[in-house]
Amino acid sequence: MNHFPWLSILTLVPIVGACLALLAGKRRGPARAIAAASALVSLAITIYLWTAFNTASGTMQFQELHAWMPALGVEYHLAIDGLGLLMVVLSAIVVLISIAASWSRNEHGGLYFAMVLFLQAGLFGTFTALNFIHWFFFWELSLIPAFLLIRLWGGAARARAANQFFIYTMVGSVALLLAFLALYLATGRFDFLDLAQLSQQGQLAPALAQNLHWGGLSGGGIAACIFWAAFVGFAVKVPILPLHTWLPSAYAEAPSGTTILLTGAMSKMGLYGLLRVLVPIFPQQMQHALTLLLWLAVASIVWSALVAWIQTDIKRMFAYSSINHLGYCTLGIFVVLKLPGDQINRAAAMNGVFLQMFNHALTSSMLFWFVAMLEKRSGGLHGLNDFGGLRKVVPVLCGTMGIAVFSSLGLPGLNGFPGEFLIFKGVFPLVPWAASVSLLGLLFTAVFFLVFLERVFYGPVNQRWAAMPDLSLGERLALAPVIGLMFVLGFYPQLIVGAMNSTVMQILSQVRF
Amino acid sequence: MAWIVRYLWLIPVLPAAAAAIIALLKQSRRRLAATLAIGSLGLSLLLALIAFAHTLAHPALEYANHNWLQFGAEWIRFGWLLDPLTAVMLVMVTFVALLIFIYSLGYMAHDPNFTRFFCFLALFAGAMLGVVIANNLMLLFMCWEVVGLTSYLLIGFWFHKPEAAKAAKKAFIVTRIGDLGLFLGMMWLYGASGTLLFYDGGAGCLEHTAVAAMAAHGVALGLTASSAIGLLIFCGAAGKSGQVPLHVWLPDAMEGPTPVSALIHAATMVAAGVFLIARMYPLMAATTGGGPSSALEVIAWVGAITALLAAFIAVGQNDIKRILAYSTVSQLGYMMLGLAVGGVAVGMFHLITHAFFKALLFLGAGSIIHGCSEEQDIRYMGGLRKLMPITFATYAIAMLALCGFPLFAGFWSKDEILHSAHLWSISSGPFYLGAVGAFLTAFYMTRQVCYVFFGPRRPAPRTASKPVHESPATMTWPLIILSIFAALLGFVGTPAWPWFQSFLEGRSLALNFGAFTGGMISLMVISSIIVIAGIAIGWWLYGSRPITRAEDPDALERVQPQFFRALGQRLYIDEFYDLSVIAFSRLCARLFQWADRWVWNGAVQLVAWSTRIVSHFDSLVDAHAINAGFDGGSTGLAQGGRLISRFQNGRAQNYLRVLGVALVVLAVILFWSHAG
Repeated sequence: MNHFPWLSILTLVPIVGACLALLAGKRRGPARAIAAASALVSLAITIYLWTAFNTASGTMQFQELHAWMPALGVEYHLAIDGLGLLMVVLSAIVVLISIAASWSRNEHGGLYFAMVLFLQAGLFGTFTALNFIHWFFFWELSLIPAFLLIRLWGGAARARAANQFFIYTMVGSVALLLAFLALYLATGRFDFLDLAQLSQQGQLAPALAQNLHWGGLSGGGIAACIFWAAFVGFAVKVPILPLHTWLPSAYAEAPSGTTILLTGAMSKMGLYGLLRVLVPIFPQQMQHALTLLLWLAVASIVWSALVAWIQTDIKRMFAYSSINHLGYCTLGIFVVLKLPGDQINRAAAMNGVFLQMFNHALTSSMLFWFVAMLEKRSGGLHGLNDFGGLRKVVPVLCGTMGIAVFSSLGLPGLNGFPGEFLIFKGVFPLVPWAASVSLLGLLFTAVFFLVFLERVFYGPVNQRWAAMPDLSLGERLALAPVIGLMFVLGFYPQLIVGAMNSTVMQILSQVRF
Repeated sequence: MAWIVRYLWLIPVLPAAAAAIIALLKQSRRRLAATLAIGSLGLSLLLALIAFAHTLAHPALEYANHNWLQFGAEWIRFGWLLDPLTAVMLVMVTFVALLIFIYSLGYMAHDPNFTRFFCFLALFAGAMLGVVIANNLMLLFMCWEVVGLTSYLLIGFWFHKPEAAKAAKKAFIVTRIGDLGLFLGMMWLYGASGTLLFYDGGAGCLEHTAVAAMAAHGVALGLTASSAIGLLIFCGAAGKSGQVPLHVWLPDAMEGPTPVSALIHAATMVAAGVFLIARMYPLMAATTGGGPSSALEVIAWVGAITALLAAFIAVGQNDIKRILAYSTVSQLGYMMLGLAVGGVAVGMFHLITHAFFKALLFLGAGSIIHGCSEEQDIRYMGGLRKLMPITFATYAIAMLALCGFPLFAGFWSKDEILHSAHLWSISSGPFYLGAVGAFLTAFYMTRQVCYVFFGPRRPAPRTASKPVHESPATMTWPLIILSIFAALLGFVGTPAWPWFQSFLEGRSLALNFGAFTGGMISLMVISSIIVIAGIAIGWWLYGSRPITRAEDPDALERVQPQFFRALGQRLYIDEFYDLSVIAFSRLCARLFQWADRWVWNGAVQLVAWSTRIVSHFDSLVDAHAINAGFDGGSTGLAQGGRLISRFQNGRAQNYLRVLGVALVVLAVILFWSHAG
């Protein structure tokens, strides 16, 4: 049964917007207006989807299913559950923030905004497609504009950063592609839901053993190889230690508007993959490797928080902070595979992951938006020691950025806290050591953010910036809804959890051992 | 349910809402900001008094719980509760806070950020009152963290001073270390009892079923689950209440404006840790047999050591506020000791009396600093007795109350702690530590008062030309009101008429002079002698021969220069942390960063280069194989190839060619093995 093609339209809107923006050429005014209009339309559609979504059900909704290349098992299959819904909404918000952050950068013309919109199309496609080939197309599509955005508009070391980013993610993509080709050869299926069903019925490993002959590996062994290949693909994107070294330079060199896209939306592609693909299709393999996976997540959390502490570049510091925050998500995802354990704690961890994904998108986008504002006012500076005493000069900028900072370090009352609380609530009873060690991440997050505040906002005024202008009315109006959302989600996280809970239970019900 | 219970949430929400409104005001709306803050807090005080009256009539615990956040089939439920403990704290916090708000009108009158100051103060009051009424440990923790935030913001209120910015950061981080213990304890408690609601019709985590189960469940090191959780929660309390070894932030917190020191870092926030232990007492004290739980044993020792150590350090300080800060740390140690050895009422009694006389001391110190043109070093004061008579009189009352001079408030509450410590079954160590601490308390306060109020005036050159003046009425009236409480409040909890204790514990009350047994009388006499001895020796060293010159060495310094210097340097505890914990963390951070750059990234580079070399070697051969094998079998491959070939850009080009080749080779192998 096919629903009205909202999801196709959703993906089409930014593509159309991008083409229009390209027509604007070098004229910045029309280009950014087109981009903003397109992003607003996308946001409106996602909000409609949110309201029309049946939150009592965790199954796929707004389904569109058409034959495409039947011989290859490729279908045009779009649908979203709560996870997909959350992802499209956050992508719409993040892209809007990104456009706002790039609003007054002079060098950003039609091409720039077209790339942003192409990337958005890639995101929407990725989060709605359920057939691997279709999905992979968009997965790769998002990569190209991201690469170009860094390569063409980035900082001094942009070439190296862009290449590193591209190669890393390309290796990940190749690994993914090979993994799915192998699955296809063994099962003749490319559809995520079909593959998950096979796996749950215990037919995946036998099929692999029967159809693939890899030097005498058993079905389980082959499944493990495929799992690790796919894991690398997603882990690069999130990233998970030790596949993270592309991230700090990419985030630091990219223009801040692009960094917002990378951290806010593209990092969620990796987590989405873990949730949509790995957890339903490879639960046994994940469970076998659970200790290692948990260590990787915990290491991501603690390691990155510690390294963030000694950064001297604000963007690098926030980049490491991003790894840290996503580490809580991966920890929460991995821990649901722990045996034995009761369903309540799994549900808590998984709901926490959903919340944390959304909140990280919001908060990290905000942080880099503020960095963009500082760059704009200082001629592109983003060193930790380039400023000082700013709170005296630009109190409103510092106050609002302070809200984002405290949200990121998990202050209750702001959006960051409930997700982290739920994750820890779920993780602690299941794997006490992982929760305990991860607490160090919470500590050092506070440390490096306070170092940031001390260096940039406090102390005597750096006379160079004594005349820095505070937030303009336009900036205040643009910030207000997002800041408001941060408070709303801090006080009332049920707004998101209420819509996600059924999906979470659905995902958990797929994890059978 | 009585309406006051149903609307109890208004008490914290009113000031919090005022803070939200003030945050949106222009800086120039000073009068409106102050009116909002003081008005909302006045309403909260009114409600708190009604709640107090309600608990007088109905001492039984009442609560209201509501759903907040869902996961799976479960809900996290939030709620508030009203019992005598809450009611007493509500009245104390709103009353002291209101006086300090009024005092701030005068003290902060010339500050350009007056509006923001009242915003933070009101937010603090809201969060603190939230801690007091929470019926859920998670809600309590959330308010607790917001309290920490306001403390951070207010310590760093004069953020252009680097010391203030540093002190604020230190306070937040050190308390967060403790809070992580609390967080972990909370997670454990949640897992063990299935709820974080304190009271929930028998199913709460502080109610008999859950507590008994945790007390019976042994974990490692001879600890029961209840004690292990209790100790983790105590970490949070120790951070907030400045217990050794997490006390280092509190003296530095004196960088904040003095009303802040009085309200947050003396009377209320730092007492939140003590309150938390009192709130969690059923868990803390739970054992299967009799006797004190291991959690309480640890708390007793930590409290006693803190009480003594901080009193020692206070002797060697010259900053008027730092002396009071170490005194606060020391008194918080007494409160913890009192809770552990004597129960909730003993610790809470000292908390309440201390709140009044210590707030008074800080406000008095603020009045002195204000009158002496921001001078804080007691060596440069002197002779203020005549110049600031109201401040002197009220300060003297507070000082006697703090020392535990007979019949003043602190006498009754501290004496009860020492009495309970004396009777403690485990060890008499804490009693002796506490007794020595009491002597030192009397000594350092006498030293301070002699330096500040007696002898000739010894102004620093910087302030010599400015006249000393008594403070305005908005500042002196709060002093006078507080001094009445500092003098008389102890009489609500004397052994003969222990109204406070029976109110908290829900017992009936009768006037009974028979409670002054022989043992108690003799202990009271002994502690009075200790206090009077402390004051006398202090007077002998500092008061009998007036200190004439600020540069003269301290009387103790002449006798024991090295020891005195170590005290002045706070026993080098900060330096020790710098060289151990902080240095180690920095080393780890550097090591990790180095590994990021060279190990992980190096491995990636190595792989990339070796692939490149291999592929150059193979490229010709492989190109033929690809052409032969590439029979349009896979759309996916074509797509991958197209993407790859389209974007050959800069150095990426080489890598991409390699990747393309590798991809195709692998695909061929896959197909081949499939066919085979």
